[in-house]
Amino acid sequence: METPAIPVPEARSAVPASLRGLLPVLLALPVLALFQWLMSDAPFASYLLSVVGVNIILAVSLNIVNGMTGQFSIGHAGFMAVGAYISGVLSLNLKDVALSFLPVAVSDQVFFVVSLLVGGLAAALCGFLVGLPSLRLRGDYLAIVTLGFGEIIRVVVQNTDAFGRALGLSGIPQTSSPAMVYFWVFLTVLVARRITGSSHGRSLWAIREDEVAAEAMGVDTTGYKVRAFVISSFFAGIAGALFAHFVPIINPGSFTFVKSMEIVVMVVLGGLGSTTGAIVAATFLTLLPEGMRSLFTLLGAEGSLAQKVDQIRMPVYGLLLVALMLARPQGLFGTKEIWDVLPRWIPRKRRGLA
Amino acid sequence: MRRLAPMLLAALAVMVAACEKKTQPAPSGEGGTQAAQGQGAAPGGAPADANTILLGQVGSLTGGQATFGISTRNGIELALKEANAAGGVKGKKLSIRVYDNQSKPEEAAQAATRLITQDKVALILGDVASSNSLAMAEKAQAAGVPMITPSSTNPTVTDKGDYIFRVCFIDPFQGFVMAKFARENLKLNTVAVLQDNKSAYSIGLAEVFTRKFTEMGGKVTAVESYSQGDTDYRAQLTAIRKSQPEGIYVPGYYSEVGIIARQAREVGLKVPLMGGDGWDSEKLFELGGSAIEGSYFSNHYSPDNPDPRVQKFIADYKAAYGAVPDALAALGYDSARVAVNALERAKDLSGPSVRDAIAQTKDFPGVAGTVTLDAQRNAVKSAVVLKVEDGKTQYVTTINP
Repeated sequence: METPAIPVPEARSAVPASLRGLLPVLLALPVLALFQWLMSDAPFASYLLSVVGVNIILAVSLNIVNGMTGQFSIGHAGFMAVGAYISGVLSLNLKDVALSFLPVAVSDQVFFVVSLLVGGLAAALCGFLVGLPSLRLRGDYLAIVTLGFGEIIRVVVQNTDAFGRALGLSGIPQTSSPAMVYFWVFLTVLVARRITGSSHGRSLWAIREDEVAAEAMGVDTTGYKVRAFVISSFFAGIAGALFAHFVPIINPGSFTFVKSMEIVVMVVLGGLGSTTGAIVAATFLTLLPEGMRSLFTLLGAEGSLAQKVDQIRMPVYGLLLVALMLARPQGLFGTKEIWDVLPRWIPRKRRGLA
Repeated sequence: MRRLAPMLLAALAVMVAACEKKTQPAPSGEGGTQAAQGQGAAPGGAPADANTILLGQVGSLTGGQATFGISTRNGIELALKEANAAGGVKGKKLSIRVYDNQSKPEEAAQAATRLITQDKVALILGDVASSNSLAMAEKAQAAGVPMITPSSTNPTVTDKGDYIFRVCFIDPFQGFVMAKFARENLKLNTVAVLQDNKSAYSIGLAEVFTRKFTEMGGKVTAVESYSQGDTDYRAQLTAIRKSQPEGIYVPGYYSEVGIIARQAREVGLKVPLMGGDGWDSEKLFELGGSAIEGSYFSNHYSPDNPDPRVQKFIADYKAAYGAVPDALAALGYDSARVAVNALERAKDLSGPSVRDAIAQTKDFPGVAGTVTLDAQRNAVKSAVVLKVEDGKTQYVTTINP
């Protein structure tokens, strides 16, 4: 995240074309390693930051559909659930297996990445199956279909023994680390940024602004919409899979319609179409309840105000949302990115932020 | 690109071939470091004020089961108030920090981690809902902080490790109690089951009830399910009526059971309903009205128990919170008192010594039955069966393990 996504111009000429795509990833790795080292001794911070990371992935990926393409999907938690459960079951079954030529810790990570990818691909497949029929239509149909899909997933999980039914799936190896979560955050943001900058992104933008006009210009609207939707579902699945590997128990109650709406709120608050907006909003909204908890604990004595207030955290959260949306109905950044909005005195070097 | 696919395939083949059974790491080594961490953490575990011992509670204070969380918190508060009035533990006052988990496991895990690492509590009192307690148990076990759940009845909770305890009986026992009661006291031959598919608790009770009731020679005529939050149960109830049972077992939560009772009478089912401790709330009588009259449920304790200890607890609770305590309040109270008792007996406040002290709890006189913890860290105790009469509960009988 802190790493320039687009290599600086001098480097660009020196690097062979085949490596150019890899460069941001190579630059990100040491930063992540440092981050992991800083987090190694702080379980609460790493838990909280992992939740923040997962929410960033969800918000940024939903932004590809809701923001950039202008479609309205409200079943993101359903795709997250697919990723979480598929990879959770896979990891649970591979728990006692290791690669003989690697140390156990490394082979655990290999299996973790494999199960992440499987979870992501399963979610992408679901995204394809849901998107293909519904994205041929225009308007609100996608909203209804995705809403239905989210509920179907939850009900299926609730009634399947292999998924732990209502109690949930516990005992999934907790192999996730903040570095892994933020590596995927980085990849998601990179993909989202690259889409915006490509002709693919401009086609999506055209669909968002006027679908009929886009089609008249020769944009294969259904194709682009389905592709955007599949990419978005893939990352939602990855987010779910990461979630399953640091939360001790996954339970259908974590993937309800409310969760989907939370993600939509993050995207709308950040500004539909703004990737950095989604990041800022996801971070802010995830840390807000916990921040209020710290604040209230500081304010009140034990067993008095602080305890009473823990319960009114969520209404306060709701009120803040209402206030924010009234103050900035277009979202924090509108369709712009953070560096378009911040005043000019911020050095232009920051442009690389992605 | 053309060469990439075979290379990937080859790599995959190598990896698959290299898969092997993991060799278990020496358990003593890992356990040792964990215990050491626990020991290191706990003395520093005293909060900034050296004259208090801080305990933590995570509960569902908001959401669908809010009365459970709030009752539990009240019970715990009352127990700690009494302990502090009696001079505290080891000359220190007790205080408690309560976090809400919105009935979500990820929030419960987060709150538990916060209690352990930020607030450095000596001991955690767990949640009512089993999924949330499971999430917390994982964190508490890993950090070596003892945890007592007042009323999570799912058997898997205490399987998480040797730092996790409970002061209530487990699901299979409640299913067994009601099956025995239906068969022996009510002399029923056929019963239909209506379970909440969204709740592991409900499914657990229904499964054990079905098995035990069949073993005792009864017949389960129909098994229907609903989801928490539904408001229309007529379809399931009509199907149940067709099977003509002599009773219906509805191991759900009060919020749905009240409505189910009303709709059962509407579709013409006159047979008694039976349930578990999820029924235990004043709200049941409000929601069920006259429809719930004559129904039975198993519970942890009865306010009609003439035992002076129970009556004193009820009087104190009423004075403090203006209501008759339900079973969850009683269990919250018991869990806090077991915790206080263990802290007194523990030689210091480190995780392992508190854990050992809790594990030695034997014949502890709680208000919801005498608590003895077995080797699986579960409480062995009897259950009571209550009947709903005139808008309140009436003690019927006690069923022993």
